[in-house]
Amino acid sequence: MSIMDKHGKLERHSLLLTVGILVVVSIGGLVEIAPLFYLENTIEKVQGMRPYTPLELKGRNVYIREGCYTCHSQMVRPLRDEVERYGHYSLAAESMYDHPFQWGSKRTGPDLARVGGKYSDEWHLDHLKDPKSVVPDSIMPPYAFLAKKKLKYDDIEDHLKALRLAGVPYTDDMIANAKADLVAQASPNADFDAEDALVARYTEASGREGTVKISDFDHNPKEITEMDALIAYLQMTGTLVDFSTYEANDISNRR
Amino acid sequence: MTDHKRDIDEVSGVETTGHSWDGIKELNNPLPRWWLYIFYGTIVWAIGYMIVMPAIPALPGMGMNNTLGISGHSDRAAVAEKVQELHTERAAAASRLVTASLSEIENDMSLQQFALAMGESAFGDNCATCHGAGGRGAKGYPMLADDIWLWDGTLDGIEYTLRHGIRHTEDPDTRRNTMPAYGRDGILTPREIDDLVQYVLNISGREADQAAVNRAAPIFATQCVTCHGADGKGNRELGAPNLTDHEWLFGGEPRDIRQTIYSARNAHMPAWQGRLDDPTIKALAVYVHSLGGGEK
Repeated sequence: MSIMDKHGKLERHSLLLTVGILVVVSIGGLVEIAPLFYLENTIEKVQGMRPYTPLELKGRNVYIREGCYTCHSQMVRPLRDEVERYGHYSLAAESMYDHPFQWGSKRTGPDLARVGGKYSDEWHLDHLKDPKSVVPDSIMPPYAFLAKKKLKYDDIEDHLKALRLAGVPYTDDMIANAKADLVAQASPNADFDAEDALVARYTEASGREGTVKISDFDHNPKEITEMDALIAYLQMTGTLVDFSTYEANDISNRR
Repeated sequence: MTDHKRDIDEVSGVETTGHSWDGIKELNNPLPRWWLYIFYGTIVWAIGYMIVMPAIPALPGMGMNNTLGISGHSDRAAVAEKVQELHTERAAAASRLVTASLSEIENDMSLQQFALAMGESAFGDNCATCHGAGGRGAKGYPMLADDIWLWDGTLDGIEYTLRHGIRHTEDPDTRRNTMPAYGRDGILTPREIDDLVQYVLNISGREADQAAVNRAAPIFATQCVTCHGADGKGNRELGAPNLTDHEWLFGGEPRDIRQTIYSARNAHMPAWQGRLDDPTIKALAVYVHSLGGGEK
């Protein structure tokens, strides 16, 4: 009786089979999941990545609430044609402050990982209000109501605190000034001290100049709307990492 | 269990599983041989794969990140190589294109075709979103297929606009002008703006309230002529549009013109330098120049 014939014993003994299944499955988990937590190259070492500003974070929440991810991925895959179209393939580091991440491969609409800065604020505004007005073939539904919905941000400090618990390095300073930062980013030329403070805070976290865009994103200076937040978020996506200092060929960055 | 009694089905002579449901028993046929051998084959394949490809992660503290395999394969290295291959393929034509002048491109069929093909595909992804397919434009987004240019319609001028954008704050060399928001910022009263609307309608050759036009003339002379010129024909140096040519970027109805004067428009085009490489930018310039209104 060879070892191959002994499986009958395993199959007829329910407790033994359960233990066997557990052992096999945990080997899979140990080999595939556990190393991600201690390997040094799980997340690439990059320059420029910073936690999202309060306004961007609120925009991200709108993005998730409206289910943008059901049609748009945020992951440029390492394939020639994708890199040619969208730009540098996405790095793990670029979504390290995402809870949850926005990866995916189902694209009813184009990938948005590098849409930041690609189009103007006005375009995003026109496009979100009525996608067909700028892209006649678009099947995207209109989101005009976002421009009328006042952004609720009383709870922004709590959002930052919760993310800090999940490992996003928000400082006490960022949390204490979350509301002021949110207002400052959507209100250019209103309070220069607040703008400078916002830029200084997040530039320090990023280690790179020019990652914070201050603008009246929805062209409505009277109030801060969900449209402001969403466009602020979209205009930031994929722009944080400094690829001029990223060593793509370094052994630790190979995948 | 070892004391399990072998129960052989009488009809087929095959061992059963030993379970009986209302007298129905299940035959315990062995797996088909071909299936089993393929299964064993996949196990052997997996072992080979682990040796050839990057596979086994190091234990904590072992320093190295994972085995690299004999092949040392890396998806990221592979894509870098493929992109490099593509650029090498293009390199000869691309490097000629980057330095070529308009007449050189126009006189070299193959170079022109290369530029137009490359420009068209890049336009479709990056530019058509705003300027429309074929550069037909939309309200607020200039048409590129006509001969009206706000800034510069020469090949070099178009390339400059592509590189540095318009009112792109992050680029110090961007094309920039700022029309004041006459109403919103309280520079003019609503009545003065209404009069100015009539003035603009008048110089663009449409019906206008002459009394209002006369009232607005001195306002136009102090507020508008610096950029739009005394005759309202605009000034390309400053990117100030011609108000008399019946072409309206933001609409030519009285209410559109009123809105323009009240809150100004100051639209924005991103700078593409850095996002697109030099050959692509030049190819785009050639493509846009070819759409209909390119100037010498």
